Amino acid sequence: MNSWIIGHLWLIPAVPFAASLVILSLANARRKSAAALAVIGQAVVLVTSAFAFVPTLRTPSFRVVQNFIWFSFGEQGLRIGWLLDPLAVAMLAMIALVGLCIFVFSIGYMAEDKNFVRFFAYLSFFSGAMLGLVIANSLLLLFVFWELVGLASYLLIGFWIERPSAAAAAKKAFITTRIGDLGFFIGMLWLYNRSGTLLFYDDGGGCLENAGLALLGAGATFIALLIFCGAVGKSGQFPLHVWLPDAMEGPTPVSALIHAATMVAAGVFLVARVYPLFSLGAINGVTPSLTVVVWIGVTTALMAALIAIAQSDIKRILAYSTVSQLGLMMVSLGVGGVAAGIMHLLAHGFFKALLFLGSGSVIHGCHHEQDIRKMGGLRRLMPVTFVTYAVGMMTLSGVPLFFSGAWTKEEILHTTEHWPPSHAPYYLMLAGVVLTALYMTRQIIYVFFGNRRVGSEHAHESPRVMTIPLVVLALCAIFFSVVLTPAWPWLHGYLTNEPAPQFDLARLIQPMLFVSLILVAAGIGLGVLIYRKAGAQDRLRAAETDPLEYAQPALFRFLENKMWLDELYTHTVVAWSRTASRLSDWMDRYFWDGIVSGFGGLGQLFAAFTADVDERGINAGVDETTIGARRLGRVMSRWHSGQIQTYLGIIAIGMLTLLLLYAWLV
Amino acid sequence: MTPTLQIFLIVSAALFSIGLLAALGRRHAIFILIGIEMMLAAANLNFIAFWRFGQHPQPPTGVMIALFAIAIAAAEAAVGLALVIAVYRHYRTTNVDQLDRLKG
Repeated sequence: MNSWIIGHLWLIPAVPFAASLVILSLANARRKSAAALAVIGQAVVLVTSAFAFVPTLRTPSFRVVQNFIWFSFGEQGLRIGWLLDPLAVAMLAMIALVGLCIFVFSIGYMAEDKNFVRFFAYLSFFSGAMLGLVIANSLLLLFVFWELVGLASYLLIGFWIERPSAAAAAKKAFITTRIGDLGFFIGMLWLYNRSGTLLFYDDGGGCLENAGLALLGAGATFIALLIFCGAVGKSGQFPLHVWLPDAMEGPTPVSALIHAATMVAAGVFLVARVYPLFSLGAINGVTPSLTVVVWIGVTTALMAALIAIAQSDIKRILAYSTVSQLGLMMVSLGVGGVAAGIMHLLAHGFFKALLFLGSGSVIHGCHHEQDIRKMGGLRRLMPVTFVTYAVGMMTLSGVPLFFSGAWTKEEILHTTEHWPPSHAPYYLMLAGVVLTALYMTRQIIYVFFGNRRVGSEHAHESPRVMTIPLVVLALCAIFFSVVLTPAWPWLHGYLTNEPAPQFDLARLIQPMLFVSLILVAAGIGLGVLIYRKAGAQDRLRAAETDPLEYAQPALFRFLENKMWLDELYTHTVVAWSRTASRLSDWMDRYFWDGIVSGFGGLGQLFAAFTADVDERGINAGVDETTIGARRLGRVMSRWHSGQIQTYLGIIAIGMLTLLLLYAWLV
Repeated sequence: MTPTLQIFLIVSAALFSIGLLAALGRRHAIFILIGIEMMLAAANLNFIAFWRFGQHPQPPTGVMIALFAIAIAAAEAAVGLALVIAVYRHYRTTNVDQLDRLKG
């Protein structure tokens, strides 16, 4: 079974795709069949991923590639393929598990929706594309799936298409990521031009293997940076992060699956996948391209964490938190901690999906209220949601020892600390940890503690179909740390193809643990200190003011408006592109069309001239000839009386004349 | 009176002139045909006469030619009569003055 799966890797993405097609063909009323099909498809994927997981455990530095020719042109064939290695398998397992939880949750969350069937078709489609992305062994195939997940994201952000804001957000997401993808595409072409292959691994001939890398030369930095553009767009890194918070217009399960756990992490995955390109020619683990990755990541992480503090929409806070965490992962990759970055990606997949589903449960319980200032006191009304949300919050904040996010974050900090060029990213990351704890504390105080307010007056706990996925994800977020701790860093060894060291409890206590403990405690303590009163305030007052707004109105306004980046883009890039489009419209209408019309006019003129020549010269000659012939014919026809005897008489006279002439002459 | 070439030629010329007059003067198509046949007979007579009074009268070459000409004249008469009948059926007349469809 295991080896069979490895020989048929294409089946893993094919199953959800097939499910999606079948669901699309169902009638709108077949809600149960649609949900069942989607969930079964995802469960099959989970089982197959588990089967694919087993052989990778047995063999160290396991890697299976299946390459085949997609199509041929001339002598050459374009080859693509599938790849199974620890990175791919880890991603597969995470996507399948988180996906299954979210699919089940959606049954409850979307129960009232009239387009329930279509929703599950899209979800399955996304799942198939995402699974295909992680097991692609060709940059081209990866790009294809990359665009497919982008399409799925577009369709699902704009799922409630009747809302203009959802349609606008979908469009924004699609176009913004397209900017990054353009760079990605150019990088891919450049790579193909240099190395002649887009396969990652091809028995020594792939573009990530030594022979392929040697062909790149100095271009490698630019190729890596161009590919990184794609990652910046997809993973919501500064300056292309603006689409991700707006993407929260989609249904909450979509935000959990696509815009938190899986698709936005694809950028991080991409960088990890083509890491040899980035680290080519590294001196002391530092290359120009990786330095760019670090600084982009740092900027993103800190900026998003700051903005998150001043947001009031429960999902937007989580969206900025996602952006921030993705920045953190990028930093980790940039400073050389690939395994740490991927581990954080996996852990983030679990706890951010948990948080989003928790927020979905809250929104569902509060009758689609999303403003945290109008919630409050949900602790008692929604106990399961509260406990699981608290687990998610502590994992995200990085509360040490029991939560997976803490271990991965510590490892990232640990790697960043030893980055040779600068210590600034390390200290900025530490600040980011405090901020993360602060905004999560703020959110949880507003939502779950204090008095009930307008939105949470009639809140209720969600049905079991929604709470069970929450519990499963919360358990994942906790127990995932078993393979992450320094005491037994099994996952680290698994991802880096090193044998995992023996279990040793002594390694558990490290200096970073205390640093992290202090920072998180500081963040949470600060949060409690600032927002304790706000949470307890009565509904009118709490709905209007924020303690930070009292203290620093200007700063708060700056953060609340997302640092005015959207406005900045509207007045610069968007305005420029609008001007450019107007200009090109004018050029098209008047300049190019003018040239075309000019040539057309010339042609018409020539045609008129030749028509004249034809009419007056050639036709007139022909006409005159025919008129003459007709006139001649009329004269000649008069001689033809039709009287045969006249003819005969004339013949006789002629004959006689000839005879006489003969007689006279002879 | 011994027959001489001149007598034959005079008879033949008379016959030809009568035929020509008939062909030019009569209005009935069949009479025109008869006139033409008479002119043909005059020509045949000339043939025979020139052969008989020629330099080598023994081999019957002149007779052969005349016989052929008569056979062809018979065929021609048959065709001519058929034409006349067809014309009559079509126009209900055999008066050649009225048959002037070829008038220009």
